[in-house]
Amino acid sequence: MVKIIYADHSGTEREVDANIGESVMEAAVRNNIPGIDADCGGACACATCHVYVDPEFLPKTGEQEAMEQSMLDFADGVQENSRLSCQISVSAELEGMKVTTPESQH
Amino acid sequence: MSADQKIVIIGAGQAGGQAAVSLRQAGFEGTITMVGDEPAPPYQRPPLSKAYLKGKLDRERLFLKPLQFYEDSNITLQTGVSAQKIDRAAKTVALSDGETLDYDTLIIATGSRPRALPLPGAESSNVFDLRTLSDIDVLKPNVQEGRRLLIVGAGYIGLEAAAAARELGLEVTVLEMADRVLARVTSPVMSEFYEKLHETHGVTIKTGAMLAELQTQDGAVTAGVLKSGDVIPCDLVLVGIGILPNEEIASEAGIACKNGILVDRDARTNDPSVYAIGDCAHRPLVHYGRDGRLESVHNAIEQGKIVAAHIMDAKRPVEDVPWFWSDQYDVKLQIAGLSQDYDEAVVRGEPTTNSFAVFYFRSGRLISVDAVNAPAEFLTAKRLIAANADISPELVVDQTKTMKDILAEAMAGQK
Repeated sequence: MVKIIYADHSGTEREVDANIGESVMEAAVRNNIPGIDADCGGACACATCHVYVDPEFLPKTGEQEAMEQSMLDFADGVQENSRLSCQISVSAELEGMKVTTPESQH
Repeated sequence: MSADQKIVIIGAGQAGGQAAVSLRQAGFEGTITMVGDEPAPPYQRPPLSKAYLKGKLDRERLFLKPLQFYEDSNITLQTGVSAQKIDRAAKTVALSDGETLDYDTLIIATGSRPRALPLPGAESSNVFDLRTLSDIDVLKPNVQEGRRLLIVGAGYIGLEAAAAARELGLEVTVLEMADRVLARVTSPVMSEFYEKLHETHGVTIKTGAMLAELQTQDGAVTAGVLKSGDVIPCDLVLVGIGILPNEEIASEAGIACKNGILVDRDARTNDPSVYAIGDCAHRPLVHYGRDGRLESVHNAIEQGKIVAAHIMDAKRPVEDVPWFWSDQYDVKLQIAGLSQDYDEAVVRGEPTTNSFAVFYFRSGRLISVDAVNAPAEFLTAKRLIAANADISPELVVDQTKTMKDILAEAMAGQK
């Protein structure tokens, strides 16, 4: 189990025990985290699981593939630390990582 | 909504599951009973013909929510039970296990079922559908390297299965009655691209192919015989020739249906206590000024949210431009909008590069895009269609401009 913290745009935080190997999106959906709809179920097709990653953890979340980059290019409120949470695989390195959901997803 | 209100949801698929989740999220405090004829809790269907068939995704990861969620959320989930009859006067639903449920509000989310192959032999043990988790669980042990798979129907489901089967090392033949693959859903440019893609991966595609007969031996199909006389020996058969809405339970109760259960923008049927959502619903398509039935995850989720909002007297969520996707090999197709009845199609990019997009126009208005490994084109078109933007075919194919430039230019013209 890896602890991931999901914060919404207002600052409310929810802590979740994520399984190694599942995506940060799946852990959120399983635990009913608002603001991560993930309509396409993780196919990198919809950009409804956009999160801002704690910059400290950003390098540990892995490389972005071209598809994710392009999807993010057109997402609302994109920042340097934007990722699609369906494309981040939970690993032990991510223990304690905080991700924040953009206001547009609420 | 008072806490003694009873909501019954018939169907525990993606739409029904979303409705239940959204009702609780919106603070509904009454009872929610969801009845599904499949044994599994609500789950995602799209990966069935892709990652799940390939064995790359565990069963539990398909579930929309873990089982515990329904208990924690006080949602009574009855799986493996089907609804038999709706009595609108008594406001009850009779179930296959003999139980009768009372409702104040009824949500019909019965989905759709595969069209059956109308040929003798279609009931054989090695003929499979690709609709439910159980379908795939039965199919999976038969999907083995070297086996000969005959796929009937070159729609998205059939082609996704062909791609998965090739990756698993089967010999694959796809039969299509029309003169090109995906004929019902897309343009000749796209059909040609997918025919080439599959042929490159070793799939045999036969278009204009009418299946006349299934040869069987000991209750299993051994070959498909075409009207042309061609015989295609096979070890197993997959049928993907379209789906039909499960509307009968509604029509038998006197609810208006026409290729699906007729609903308004709030997903309400002609009975104000009864809603219908997802594949089984025939709904207004607000971006197109007409009605239609959508077979997609987007539609299931959106209508699940719409129905919850209406029941809770909340603002209706903004209706999104219909969208779809299909993964085959390393090609991701994203579709925004509905391209039926287009009168002009233009291509941005070059299909031979495996990254391009086809933009569809009707009377000079952009109505849809098929984007192949082209997410920028997909997302841009989705926004342009939502805004009913005035954009010309010449502009979208201008590759000296990025999609961001094009979006900005078209949106500026809106103001």
